[in-house]
Amino acid sequence: MSQNIEDRGYVHPEKLVSTEWVAEHLDDPQVRIVESNEDPLLYPSSHLPGAVQIDWTVDLNDHLRRDYLDQSGFESLMSRNGIARDMTVVFYGDRSNWWACYALWVFQLFGHDNACVMDGGRKKWELEGRELVREVPVYPHTDYRAPARDDETERAFRDDVLAHVEAGRRMVDVRSPEEFSGELLHMPGSPQEGALRGGHIPGANSVPWSRATNPEDGTFLNAAGLRAIYEEEQGLSPDDDVITYCRIGERSSHTWFALKYLMGYDQVRNYDGSWTEWGNLVNVPIER
Amino acid sequence: MIPARLDELLEDFSFISDRNERAAWLIDAADRFDEARVPPDVAAPPYDEAHRVPACESDAFVWALPTDGGVLDFRFDVLNPQGLSAMALAVILSDCCSGAPLQQVAAIPQDIVLKIFGREVSMGKGQGLMGLVTMVTHAAREELGSQSAGA
Repeated sequence: MSQNIEDRGYVHPEKLVSTEWVAEHLDDPQVRIVESNEDPLLYPSSHLPGAVQIDWTVDLNDHLRRDYLDQSGFESLMSRNGIARDMTVVFYGDRSNWWACYALWVFQLFGHDNACVMDGGRKKWELEGRELVREVPVYPHTDYRAPARDDETERAFRDDVLAHVEAGRRMVDVRSPEEFSGELLHMPGSPQEGALRGGHIPGANSVPWSRATNPEDGTFLNAAGLRAIYEEEQGLSPDDDVITYCRIGERSSHTWFALKYLMGYDQVRNYDGSWTEWGNLVNVPIER
Repeated sequence: MIPARLDELLEDFSFISDRNERAAWLIDAADRFDEARVPPDVAAPPYDEAHRVPACESDAFVWALPTDGGVLDFRFDVLNPQGLSAMALAVILSDCCSGAPLQQVAAIPQDIVLKIFGREVSMGKGQGLMGLVTMVTHAAREELGSQSAGA
């Protein structure tokens, strides 16, 4: 059984809520529950009562450039999902919440701080036998006003990463060890991570994202467990300037969340270009 | 030329423009996953990693079982119970490719994933699903090669 969130030693325990808390707030008008999944069929197959879906591909991406939606797009997304600026948004999803953390990260680009993640996500909710429905809720539109997207505080671009590498600062590669090493996993003719080269960004530490979770229920490790991995084993420090990355920036959002909120790292950014960009860039170094 | 059943299915999908309708069809397919699941007398977990689908986050596995007619019976497992898309595609591939001429199975292009799931499927998800298609087509090519060598 998972330890209570408030007893786990997190720096920002308010960024995680339990399944029990969510069950008690399903009808709370100041709470909007948002499902965000890796598998697009999950939400239409069933979801938490009252939950809306925010899909990374359809809702959060700009469809004509590799980027996220802009200020007006975010305002429109919030409005049509009935989300007000002062509402608490609770994200949950499959795969131990990696896409939920990704969606929360995008919300942070627009300063929607009143957002948290349901610990354990969909897996824990299902394991506990809690209610799931197919009915898609419809909420009154809101008049949501967002600030311009902040691409500096939580997000890193390729030039930031190159400068980071040259300065010898810390990076965390959250992909699998095989992806990190550049070992060919694929059969001939199948895509190799959407990148021309295999390997990793020089100097990066390899810490697969899922190590931050308990595999049996998808919940996050407690703070001591996280520190044992990222600090005692990998040598990171809360004072470090850290960039996380994976293949397209989704798994690394999960690690960004753990470092920033659960461990209290003030300087941690997610490189959403990740390996699909770095592994194809001309004139940048890689390591194998 | 690809297997006729798959060709017909893709034509049906070409008329689906509504995302919800597409999802409902695929969820129904995923619900039939037991029909495509590898029999326990063929394989049981933990599976040989040689059967694992590369890049699939749903932990999908593929088996290509030779049958008397010189064709293959395709069976699958998806270890992630939330991997509905992988289950749906496994059912489609099992239905459409099992027993089909090997040359036709080998000719299936990866972009059937986009035709079935729509172009809004995410990059990572698309690669995992394409990996499933690749495993099936690769098995067909291998079997063709074996049959040629033995002829």
